[in-house]
Amino acid sequence: MTVKTSSYLEANARERIALVLDAGSFEEFLPPSKRIVSPHLAQLDAPVSFDDGVVVGRGSLNGAKVFAAAQEGGFMGGAVGEVHGAKLVGLLKRAVQEQAEGVILLLETGGVRLHEANAGLIAVSEVMRAVLDTRAAGIPVIVLVGGSNGCFGGMGIVARCANAIIMSEEGRLAMSGPEVIETANGVEEFDSRDRALVWRTTGGKHRYLLGDCQGIVADDTEAFRAAASRTLQAFKGNPTGLTLQALEAEQAMLEQRIARFGDAADPQDIWERLGVEQAQQIPMLEAAPFVALVEAHRVKGTP
Amino acid sequence: METLNYRFENGTRKLSAKAELVGVVSSGNLEVLIEPADLQGGCAVEIKTAARGFGAIWEAVIGDFNKRWQLADTRISINDMGATPAVVSLRLDQAVEAMVEEK
Repeated sequence: MTVKTSSYLEANARERIALVLDAGSFEEFLPPSKRIVSPHLAQLDAPVSFDDGVVVGRGSLNGAKVFAAAQEGGFMGGAVGEVHGAKLVGLLKRAVQEQAEGVILLLETGGVRLHEANAGLIAVSEVMRAVLDTRAAGIPVIVLVGGSNGCFGGMGIVARCANAIIMSEEGRLAMSGPEVIETANGVEEFDSRDRALVWRTTGGKHRYLLGDCQGIVADDTEAFRAAASRTLQAFKGNPTGLTLQALEAEQAMLEQRIARFGDAADPQDIWERLGVEQAQQIPMLEAAPFVALVEAHRVKGTP
Repeated sequence: METLNYRFENGTRKLSAKAELVGVVSSGNLEVLIEPADLQGGCAVEIKTAARGFGAIWEAVIGDFNKRWQLADTRISINDMGATPAVVSLRLDQAVEAMVEEK
């Protein structure tokens, strides 16, 4: 497949995985020709996709043996159904069996596929467990978030179960999406049509400032590839499993965060309190000058 | 959903490369899976579309496609979510070109 685009946002799942991994190295498990489609969508008379919206397989990243998955945001918002979730779980289990050097998850998803109800919910929880099992086996799990649908719902939790998250400014990461918050708490609480507010609140820059992601890059497949490779290298020889100590440190960080910023009405208030100079300029900055400006001020979460 | 099947015989162009998938099942878009298959020189097309009642237009678009490429021993499977005829033609050509490139 020839791919000319360099924007990660504009690329589809297949293009992304081909560009993030070493050229020509990706070998897909359960390819579309196997036609492993959702049994639930057909019952609802809804369109299916031959890969159920996720591409999984094995390849290399700067020579390192990695297993990788890419969710297709265009198909049902990247939502996780039973088959889609099982493909992710199978990938993670096989990564452990074959002693991969890392797992790279290119997430773009609204979370669980509600059409598939409990089967989808169970699938997401199984993915969480599989991510933690993979980490416990000494294999780092690295998440990339840069698609237009962001990474929300149960898959937002999956992302935070990983060792590291790399985002672009355009990427978004949260539990409840903007429309969900507006529906539940009213437009006075959160106006989901205010795009600047949505990105200030859930976008990559805010996540980086709050310590929810460990890296931020420009919207460029090569930049994502380089950051994923760097992050993978940094874990070499280091423990990757979740520990009680790390969980307690995370809890302490979250408590401190809510104490410091809990009454802030807008993310920009938080950036100012962090001591970032000219915080109102943050949305306008490219990734590199943004990192330089905020490095001394941002909250550094435990990986 | 509506399922449509077309078959053309006596194609002249064989595609021996591995299967390719192009496009995405999203609103106004479709995915096209193209793969070699032993069809005695024929080309079979199966379409599953969310938009019912457009059989005549599909027939015209797929017929034009067949005239352009004259594929032999090829199976084409489509999941469609209301793509326009122009988008369908584009994706079909993209699918064939992706296979030709792989050779």
